Amino acid sequence: MKPTNIQDPEYFHKVVDCQYACPAHTPVPEYIRLIAEGRYTEAYMINWDSNVFPGVLGRTCDRPCEPACRRGRIDEEPVAICRLKRVAADNRDDVIPYMPQGPFPPNGKKVALIGGGPASLTVARDLAPLGYEVHLFDEQKLGGGFMRSQIPAFRLPEHVLNDEVNYILRLGIHTQFEHYVESLKDVLEKDYDAVFVGTGAPRGRDLPDLPGRQEGDANIHIGINWLGSVAFEHTTNIGKRVIVLGGGNTAMDCCRTARRLGGEDVKVIVRSPFASMKASPWEKEDAQHEDIPIIDNHVPRSFVVATDEEWSVVSDQWLAGEPIPDEAKLRVDENPHSAIRNPQLRGMTFEKVEAVYDENGKRSLVPTGEPEVFFPADDVLIAVGQENSFPWIERTVGVDFDKWEMPVVDKTTFQSTNPRVFFGGDAAFGPENVITAVAHGHQAAVSIDLFCNGKNLLTERLHPMTNLISQKMGIHEWAYDSAVDEYDRLVVPQADKTVTLRDRKKEVELGFDPLAGYKEAERCLNCDVQTVFEAPKCIECDACVDICPTACITFTTDGDESDLRSRTKVPALNISQDIYVADGLKTGRVMVKDEDVCLHCGLCAERCPTAAWDMQKFWYNVTKAGEVKYNVVQITRNESAV
Amino acid sequence: MTYVRSTFRHPALPKNDLGYTVDYYEGSLSTLCAGCGHDSINAAIVEACWQMNIEPHKVAKLSGIGCSSKSPAYFLSNSHGFNSVHGRMPSVATGANLANRDLIYFGVSGDGDTASIGMGQFVHVVRRNLNMVYLVMNNGCYGLTKGQDSATADAGSKSKAGSVNLFEAIDLASLAIELGATFVGQSFSGDKDQLIPLMKAAMSHKGFAFLNVISPCVTFNNNAGSTKSYDYVREHVEITGTMDFVPMMREITANYEAGDVSDITMHDGSEIRLHKLQKDWDPTNRRSAMNAVQNAKDKSEILTGLLYIDESSQDLHELINTSDIALNSLPQSLLTPGSDALAKLNASLR
Ligand SMILES: Cc1cc2nc3c(=O)[nH]c(=O)nc-3n(C[C@H](O)[C@H](O)[C@H](O)COP(=O)(O)OP(=O)(O)OC[C@H]3O[C@@H](n4cnc5c(N)ncnc54)[C@H](O)[C@@H]3O)c2cc1C
Ligand SMILES: Cc1ncc(C[n+]2csc(CCOP(=O)(O)OP(=O)(O)O)c2C)c(N)n1
Ligand code: SF4
Ligand code: SF4
Ligand code: SF4
Ligand SMILES: [Mg+2]
Repeated sequence: MKPTNIQDPEYFHKVVDCQYACPAHTPVPEYIRLIAEGRYTEAYMINWDSNVFPGVLGRTCDRPCEPACRRGRIDEEPVAICRLKRVAADNRDDVIPYMPQGPFPPNGKKVALIGGGPASLTVARDLAPLGYEVHLFDEQKLGGGFMRSQIPAFRLPEHVLNDEVNYILRLGIHTQFEHYVESLKDVLEKDYDAVFVGTGAPRGRDLPDLPGRQEGDANIHIGINWLGSVAFEHTTNIGKRVIVLGGGNTAMDCCRTARRLGGEDVKVIVRSPFASMKASPWEKEDAQHEDIPIIDNHVPRSFVVATDEEWSVVSDQWLAGEPIPDEAKLRVDENPHSAIRNPQLRGMTFEKVEAVYDENGKRSLVPTGEPEVFFPADDVLIAVGQENSFPWIERTVGVDFDKWEMPVVDKTTFQSTNPRVFFGGDAAFGPENVITAVAHGHQAAVSIDLFCNGKNLLTERLHPMTNLISQKMGIHEWAYDSAVDEYDRLVVPQADKTVTLRDRKKEVELGFDPLAGYKEAERCLNCDVQTVFEAPKCIECDACVDICPTACITFTTDGDESDLRSRTKVPALNISQDIYVADGLKTGRVMVKDEDVCLHCGLCAERCPTAAWDMQKFWYNVTKAGEVKYNVVQITRNESAV
Repeated sequence: MTYVRSTFRHPALPKNDLGYTVDYYEGSLSTLCAGCGHDSINAAIVEACWQMNIEPHKVAKLSGIGCSSKSPAYFLSNSHGFNSVHGRMPSVATGANLANRDLIYFGVSGDGDTASIGMGQFVHVVRRNLNMVYLVMNNGCYGLTKGQDSATADAGSKSKAGSVNLFEAIDLASLAIELGATFVGQSFSGDKDQLIPLMKAAMSHKGFAFLNVISPCVTFNNNAGSTKSYDYVREHVEITGTMDFVPMMREITANYEAGDVSDITMHDGSEIRLHKLQKDWDPTNRRSAMNAVQNAKDKSEILTGLLYIDESSQDLHELINTSDIALNSLPQSLLTPGSDALAKLNASLR
């Protein structure tokens, strides 16, 4: 097989599983080591450079890095990467001195950012220091987008968000809050050199066709609108019995918020089986911990809306959970007089289903045939998904939309079919999460900067900044802590629920204290410290093969990839992980290293008599617009050396 | 600074018939020099025992003194072990074996431990056909005492300091065949594909199984001009044939071209399937085996693989007609029959 080209920065990048999986490619192991050393400010700044909202993300990130984390393939659970980020944020000193300091000499270019969520704020942060005049529009009265209006304060305290939004706004951003942009055409007619659309996916799905929807409207709420109204304190209470429809993270935030606003009997009712719900496992756990049952395999059939008289006839049976006879039609649509007699939402009926999988594994929810069941409710929150909607973008301004009414956006440059208009965040390709919005923002900013300088958006994009440095200090000594700590993942402590349920703003998670942060940081395997092989030095003594705890290394005769994978010491079956192949050995064999479960312990390099293996730290950082460097690590290191 | 070997293992490590993964057969972390051939042999022992489904407590590891003799610490932590005096492993092995014939005796020695100080004990344990594996990790020098020439260093071989050895080498494999060893193999630490089946066959053999394994000393004898360096050995290895060891009651799955293949059935029903590469060599014929080794030597080749095997021999227990039952399993009444029995015995000798 063709030997591995380790000069290609993407090869070693892929070995750093967490960083590779992070949409913004945050250099995770580097900041984890800094946390272990107690250098929180530097750890914070490495994050800030990459993901802009370390304090927010350290509490709320969707953490695609954790399922990818190598530790999870070797140990029971991955490193608590996300919550370590919070340790850096919680313990940082004043970071403002390490951030770009305005005012910046203007470059004469002006950009409009529509929407004030993480995507737009990232573009603002990347472009302002380059001298762009940045105008940011948002319909809300404060910046942050969904981070403010949707993510509840018990998961993300307001001051954490305010700090990080302000780090950006203080760069001299011209904010136009409480300004809903009605027309892209109007914006384009102004003298902006580029326009960025970061308006998110602001429309919550409804269930308009369910019987009783209209009649019960006063007590039926669209989840994201309701959360927004709670966040901005327009809504301060809810009925005692609440049903939340849906199985995603929005449903989890709705039910937990309802518990804090007076909901005593709050239930989540979801169509799909529990295991295949969209919500992250930890969100489900947190909801259940707050005494919120999750009832799966139930499809909503109707909202039951009835007057007091109507209700008094059946309520005893229905509330007792007796099967609902077909003749007991209490649905208001079939009861024309009820509307005038001031009907009330009483609850909902559901059909029970079970998941059936066909031979291709495709799921369908098949009714079990049991009678419908009734659940009482004073209020219902509908959290069954979110959509994009661009009523304010005229279809005549050169921005093309596809058949799903989504803008046509380039996946690399984030440019739309109108070269002056860029998209990012949930507005670009549908609802995702904060870290994805940030990653889009960085790339859109790179594109806008190239565009405003008349450069090619694809060919003149800069490669990531990479570096590879030997960590060798002595025979058994490395510049990183190579020993593998083997204890289990630490649990993040939570505040007592008797306290948190009383106060919507009381943060539930307490975060790791510095000692726990240190311990958890030590679980990291330093996957960025790469095993680098030099075949001409190797005498094929097998020492590395024998010492490797996880059987990564094999010397064997060459073959094609699948053949080699079958002949490694333990077959290399995880094809999502590369094998590292080197030729040029005296015997004509090849060295094959399966990257899959390498512990980066450095023993191969310690055992090698000829230093054919070396442990080298790989640095990979996504290049941001105009190559502004916020990487203060160097600065502070030099300072402490003086 | 660490040098701690993680206990994490590959999550997909296969289990043997006893339900153990290979790490159950490992030893403590080696303190030998990085790149030492002995470590490779240790890894081969671990692998061979795992593959053979041996219960570690059924093995006794025995050794003398030397880097090689330290090795038993680095494999089979769950087995019995006795690290004896320099060159005296054979007598300890003999005593242990006579007391408990139910264990697998795995002796590890060095070329110094065997061919110099231990020569006297070595030749006698061979001729007695003690049921054991006797493995010499042969590096042509006294590794532990900083690399002096040993008795197996070839005449003309150059040391690291540049001095040339004047004396003829003792060829341990020829000597073992000559003295009546009933299983003799030769191998190279850098060739686990050959070494592992050879070890498995040696452990299945009833009688004295001798393995002379060239094992470069990476620190004191891996220089240009040494005939025990990695490079030299790789260039001069010549193999008798490839072999596959098939434990008893297993189906033979290895595929070789017909014609060159011969099967040797061992006393326990296991088979050695041999794919011969040497002409005029019959591994069951002592003289033919001697010739093959000599012929290779004349051509400056190191002949490796199975050299000689005699499956019809009687081991020491059979020769001197000992108890069939290990002494620790004999009932008290048989083990110490009392003064009457002693008086009777004495009377019979008067
Ligand atoms: C309930 C809920 C919980 C969530 N929890 C998490 C979480 O824990 N972790 C996570 O990573 N992600 C979470 N998300 C998703 C995350 O909030 C979004 O993916 C992310 O905020 C998208 O960022 P954005 O910059 O694209 O847009 P948004 O954050 O949606 O910001 C868009 C902003 O634009 C404004 N806007 C829209 N149209 C106009 C207009 N025409 N004129 C002016 N302003 C306009 C909107 O009011 C909004 O403020 C959650 C989402 C929801 C609904
Ligand atoms: C009775 C006695 N004499 C001498 C020594 C010193 N000594 C220790 S190891 C050794 C030679 C070991 O050589 P070898 O058996 O080839 O082992 P290697 O270290 O090369 O593997 C000697 C002479 C000793 N320990 N005991
Ligand atoms: S072990 Fe550390 S470096 Fe490796 S993937 Fe997990 S967090 Fe990243
Ligand atoms: S660093 Fe080397 S010895 Fe350690 S697990 Fe990886 S390949 Fe094996
Ligand atoms: S330890 Fe070094 S010299 Fe020995 S096989 Fe491995 S890489 Fe080659
Ligand atoms: Mg020696």
